Amino acid sequence: MRRRRLPPSLLAGAILVGIVVAAAAISLFWTPRDPGHVVVSDRLRPPGYAGSLLGTDQLGRDELSLLMAGARNTLLVGVVTVLIAMALGVPVGGLAALYRGPLEEVAMRSTDVLLAFPALLLAILFAAVFRPSTITAMAAIGLAFVPIFARVVRGAGLQVMEQDYVTAARTFGSRGGWIFWRHLLPNVNAVIIVQAALAFAVAILAEAALSYLGLGTPPPTPSWGRMLSESQSYLDQAPLLALWPGLCIALAVLGFNLLGDGLRDLLDPRLVERLPQTQG
Amino acid sequence: MREPALEVRDLRVRVGTLEAVHSVSFTLERGLRTGLIGESGSGKTLTALAVMGLLPDGLGASGSVLYEGRDLLQMAEAELCRLRGDRLAMVFQEPMTALNPVMRVGDQVAEPLRIHRGAGRGAAGRQAVQLLERVQIPDAAEKTRAYPHQLSGGQRQRAMIAMAMACSPDLLIADEPTTALDVTVQAQILGLINRLVEEEGATLLLITHDLPVVAQVCEQVMVMYGGYIVEEGPAAEVFDRPRHPYTRGLVDAIPPLDQDLPERRLRAIPGNVPALGEFPEGCPFRNRCPRADWRCQVMPALTGEQHKVACWHPVA
Repeated sequence: MRRRRLPPSLLAGAILVGIVVAAAAISLFWTPRDPGHVVVSDRLRPPGYAGSLLGTDQLGRDELSLLMAGARNTLLVGVVTVLIAMALGVPVGGLAALYRGPLEEVAMRSTDVLLAFPALLLAILFAAVFRPSTITAMAAIGLAFVPIFARVVRGAGLQVMEQDYVTAARTFGSRGGWIFWRHLLPNVNAVIIVQAALAFAVAILAEAALSYLGLGTPPPTPSWGRMLSESQSYLDQAPLLALWPGLCIALAVLGFNLLGDGLRDLLDPRLVERLPQTQG
Repeated sequence: MREPALEVRDLRVRVGTLEAVHSVSFTLERGLRTGLIGESGSGKTLTALAVMGLLPDGLGASGSVLYEGRDLLQMAEAELCRLRGDRLAMVFQEPMTALNPVMRVGDQVAEPLRIHRGAGRGAAGRQAVQLLERVQIPDAAEKTRAYPHQLSGGQRQRAMIAMAMACSPDLLIADEPTTALDVTVQAQILGLINRLVEEEGATLLLITHDLPVVAQVCEQVMVMYGGYIVEEGPAAEVFDRPRHPYTRGLVDAIPPLDQDLPERRLRAIPGNVPALGEFPEGCPFRNRCPRADWRCQVMPALTGEQHKVACWHPVA
C-alpha cells in the first residue's frame, strides 16, 4: 500500500473545518448564553462585558453564542447544497460519459444552460416565487452547483471508460448500470470528494451572500451572513461586530478550500491533475 | 469436420473510410484450439473485438458471425451482453490494466457469476476462491481480498483467466495473453489456458504474434497480414511447410538454436508493416515479397483443401 505524508494543507484545512464542526456540535447542547436571549439594556457591549467573551450585538444577544449557533446553519447549508448538487450532477456526468452520443450532448448542454445562471440570480428567482428561506437558498445554490459536478464526473468518467478494465468488464457481459456503479463511480470518487470540499466552501460563501441580501436564512435562526449585514448599521459604534462573522466566514471558506486542496494531493494526484479546473 | 463453434463469414471492419479487415471468413471447430497469427496492425485484434461485438466507437463491422445459428453482428446489445462472459469470453493482453484498480480481486473474479448466474455477493465470493484455486493462485482465499496492484503480473493474468472461465464458456478468445509476461510465466499461463480449455471442452481462439506459442498450444492456425487471412491449416503442416511467402518469412525469422553463433543470423522480412491505408493494392504483402510480380496486383483467393493459402506464387 502506498503511504504518503499528509499534505500540510489537508491538516490545516481539517483543523479549521474541525473547529467549525465542533462549534456547531457544541452549540446543540451548550452555548455561553442562549443565543436568542435579548437584553435590551446590554446592547452593543464590548468584548469581555459581563461574561460575554466577544461582546453583545445590537439586541444585547451574546455574540459568541450567536456565532456558534450560526455555524450550524452554515454547515447545514453546505451539506445540503453539496448533496443536492452531487445527487443531480454525478448521475448526469456519469451517464454522459457512459453512453456518449446524443445523451451526452443533451446532458452537457442542459448543464451549460444552468451554468449560465449565477447562483444569486437563481436564489432571487426562488425567493421571489416562494418565500426567502434557508430551503430556497439551499435549493438555488445546490442547483447552481450541479454543472460543476456534472462536468468533473464526465471528464474523469470519460478517462475511466477508455481503460482496459472497462472493456474487460464489457467482455464479461457488464452493462451500463453495472459499469456505472462498479467501475465508473469507484474510480472517479476521488475527484467527487475533492470537488465536494471545494463546492462546500463556495456554498458557505453563497449562503452568506444570500443572507446578507436578505434572501437566505430568515430571523431568528442565527446566520453569519445576516449577522454581517445587520452589523453594518453599527459600524461606527461596534466595528468588531462586523469582524467576528466576517472572520468566521473567511476561516470556514479557507478551511474547506484547504481541505479540498489537501484531499486532491492525497487522493490519486494523477487522476486529478489532468482534469480541467472547474472551480465555482 | 466437427461441428462449428463459431463461423465467421465475410467479416469486414472499417475504420472511418478505410477497411482494416477485408472479407475474413473462418470456422472455429468445436473443441479445437486455433491460433490467429499476425504482426501488430494485421487486424487480428479487430477481428476478435468484432466477434465479441466490442469494436470501439467509430469502427463498423459487416458480414456475419454465426454462433449457434445466430448472427452476433445482428444481435441486440442486451442479448449480446447475456452471451459475453457466459458463452463467449475473452482474455486481454495487459493484465496490468485489465483489472479495476479499486476493486478487490475476489469481487472482480466473482462478477461474471453475479451477472450471469445471479449469484449473491456471498455465494459469488465463495466461488471466487474456488476459481482462483483452479487457476493455481496460492493462498486464494487471502488473494480474493487483495487489490490488483498487490498481485504479480502472472497472478493478475491468472485472475483474468479465472474470470473468463467462470461460467464455462463455449468459446475463449485469448488476445496475446502472454505477451506482457516473463518467459517462464508465459509457459505456465499457456499450460493453464490449455488445461482449462481441455477440461471445459471449450473452443479456443489464441491471438498472438508469437509462433512458438501457437505451435505449443494450437491444432489449427490462421495467418493474417494486412487485414487478410493469407494462410490457414493444421498447425504442424503450416509450420513445417509454409506456403505463403509471409508465413515462410515468419518461420524463417525464428532463430535456430542448434547452430553456432557465427552462422546464426536473424533472417528478417524486409521492410515494415505499412500503416493502415498504406498497404499496396491487391496482395498487401507484395511490396515486401521476394516472389511478387504483376499478378499480385490482384488479391488471390484463399484456396486449398486442408491447408489453404492466398498467394499466386506459393512456396513449394
